[in-house]
Amino acid sequence: METINFLFDGFSVAFTVQNITLALIGCFLGTVFGALPGLGPANGVAILIPISFSLGLDAASSMILLTSVYYGAMYGGRISSILINIPGDEPALMTTLDGYPMTLKGRAGEALTLTGIASFFGSIVATIGLMILAPQLVKIALLFGPAEYFALFVMAFATLGGVSSNNKAKTILASALGLAISTIGIDGQTGVPRLSFGNVHFYDGIDFLVVIVGMFAVSEIFIFIENKDVDAKKKKKNIIITTIIPKFKVIVKTFPSMVRGSLLGFFAGILPGAGASLGSFIAYTFEKKISNKDDTFGKGDERGVTAPEAGNNAAAGGALVPMLSLGVPGSGTTAVLLAMLMTMNITPGPLLFKNNPDVVWGLIAALFFANFILLILNIPMVRMFTRILLLPPKYLMPIVAMISFVGIYGISGSSFDLLLMIFFGLFGWLLRKLNIPLVPVIMGAILGNLMETNLRRALTISDGNWMYLFESKVSIIIWLITIIGFVLPLIFGKKITSEIEKFKKKKS
Amino acid sequence: MGERAFGIISLIIACGYVYVASLTELSFISDPVGPKQFPYILGFFWGLSSLLIIFQPEFKPKWPSFYKFLEIIIVTIVLIAYAYALPVVGFVISTLIATFILAWRLGVEMFKALIFGFAVSFTIYFLFHSILGLSLARGVFGF
Repeated sequence: METINFLFDGFSVAFTVQNITLALIGCFLGTVFGALPGLGPANGVAILIPISFSLGLDAASSMILLTSVYYGAMYGGRISSILINIPGDEPALMTTLDGYPMTLKGRAGEALTLTGIASFFGSIVATIGLMILAPQLVKIALLFGPAEYFALFVMAFATLGGVSSNNKAKTILASALGLAISTIGIDGQTGVPRLSFGNVHFYDGIDFLVVIVGMFAVSEIFIFIENKDVDAKKKKKNIIITTIIPKFKVIVKTFPSMVRGSLLGFFAGILPGAGASLGSFIAYTFEKKISNKDDTFGKGDERGVTAPEAGNNAAAGGALVPMLSLGVPGSGTTAVLLAMLMTMNITPGPLLFKNNPDVVWGLIAALFFANFILLILNIPMVRMFTRILLLPPKYLMPIVAMISFVGIYGISGSSFDLLLMIFFGLFGWLLRKLNIPLVPVIMGAILGNLMETNLRRALTISDGNWMYLFESKVSIIIWLITIIGFVLPLIFGKKITSEIEKFKKKKS
Repeated sequence: MGERAFGIISLIIACGYVYVASLTELSFISDPVGPKQFPYILGFFWGLSSLLIIFQPEFKPKWPSFYKFLEIIIVTIVLIAYAYALPVVGFVISTLIATFILAWRLGVEMFKALIFGFAVSFTIYFLFHSILGLSLARGVFGF
């Protein structure tokens, strides 16, 4: 019953005029970011963090705004998947498989409505799951000391990308690079300048927000310059949807697939290093296995859109569980959300639940509320977003650039940070060309200081004995999971990646 | 530049990183680990993964044509100039010009791009400064 009381307190935090407005704005922007191919939840959240910080919003309000964007993007991604066969963001890839065939059959409206319901269902399941599971995980996390935390951070990096990453060398490189960025500046423990090249600007270290916005937003502009001619050739058809309310029979038929998709997605989301893309992938393949009796999948089966949509929304919620309760993010977007909390001087983890229950429960309450807003935005008002899809990126990208500049300048007012942001934009572009994942870099920059602090605290306790890191039972378990999570993809990764590639190829 | 070349450059930078980290002066306050160990560990993994990439390249990057590359450089220069211009000329004028050039380079017709520049600059100024009260760059003209 404790949970219910907390939730009621949460609703009193969430239901202020300001927070309701922020949730509304967040849901709207999130759906837009999700629907526009090229911009996803991570970019959207990245651009908005500096802004919400400069606006002086408190932690609960910023969290409400940004997670509304996050949830919204999960809803929005399906719109372009279904209508123009281009996934609006990565998790929405699986939705194209049956979504676009439905559009070709003239059932676009129906597909949008069904996926809207599926998204809603998935998110609600995940939010309830978050509410129940996170406090339990916090109880376990209270047993963690610095050694366990250090192991946990290593685990987060080792399992990053989940089963779908088979090039471990590149993930390690990216993680080391990101962590190396965090070591620049005055050493927090002893107060000596480190790796700062005598430059005063580097004494404070590199603000991870600069890295995030540079890599996630500015690099997108360079990618666009490169591909603009290709994009211009693809003519966008006029999209006509007649919103059709699906027959009650269809909803009943697809309901079990939503339930299965939500549960699978939620658990995929909690797993370290998984995230929403894996959630929708598992949900789709599982659904296909058990429901594809008449070989209707891939040809516009309704269950082929509801399962992955429920899956990716549930996974998005599930990914919040480890981020909030342990302070260890498993995906790019949750890493960025973590960065936001850290900018506000709040460290997620068990202490967050103890010291700032208003943030946690206000957030959970706001998520319930946001889901209802999103349901309304995404079913009766979905036409509004299909028009936004027609906005050409050549107009969109300059806006993204300017808002990035406004945000970063708003924080520090220094041109130096802007130059760094441009540098990280170019650098992110280079890494993307080389197929090196950006998420570990970002996570490294965000988590580096915490990771180092925990390592050094642990070794201070043990007076320099490194074996201390492997002494307690809890840390041994974490190290074992780390090893399994690292090795398993090397065995199974190839198969899953090739299957995902197969789906991607089918599309192009 | 192939993967192998990148691996070599990355290895060199990793060595440089470890070297610079080793130059960190120790202070009188100290803990058993000190400020150098963590960078050393990172440098080890950084170098190791670079070596793996050098010996096992598996991906051929596709680089843009020379012309595209030039465009990327032009846009970068515009952004850098914008970063320097902001505190001098102020938000409205520099954003107007930067948006105009960006949009134009991204394929909007020149005249439309100019109007677009006006629209973006004034909308952001109005929305973020006048309504939300965010501090934007103030140049010599005060806006």
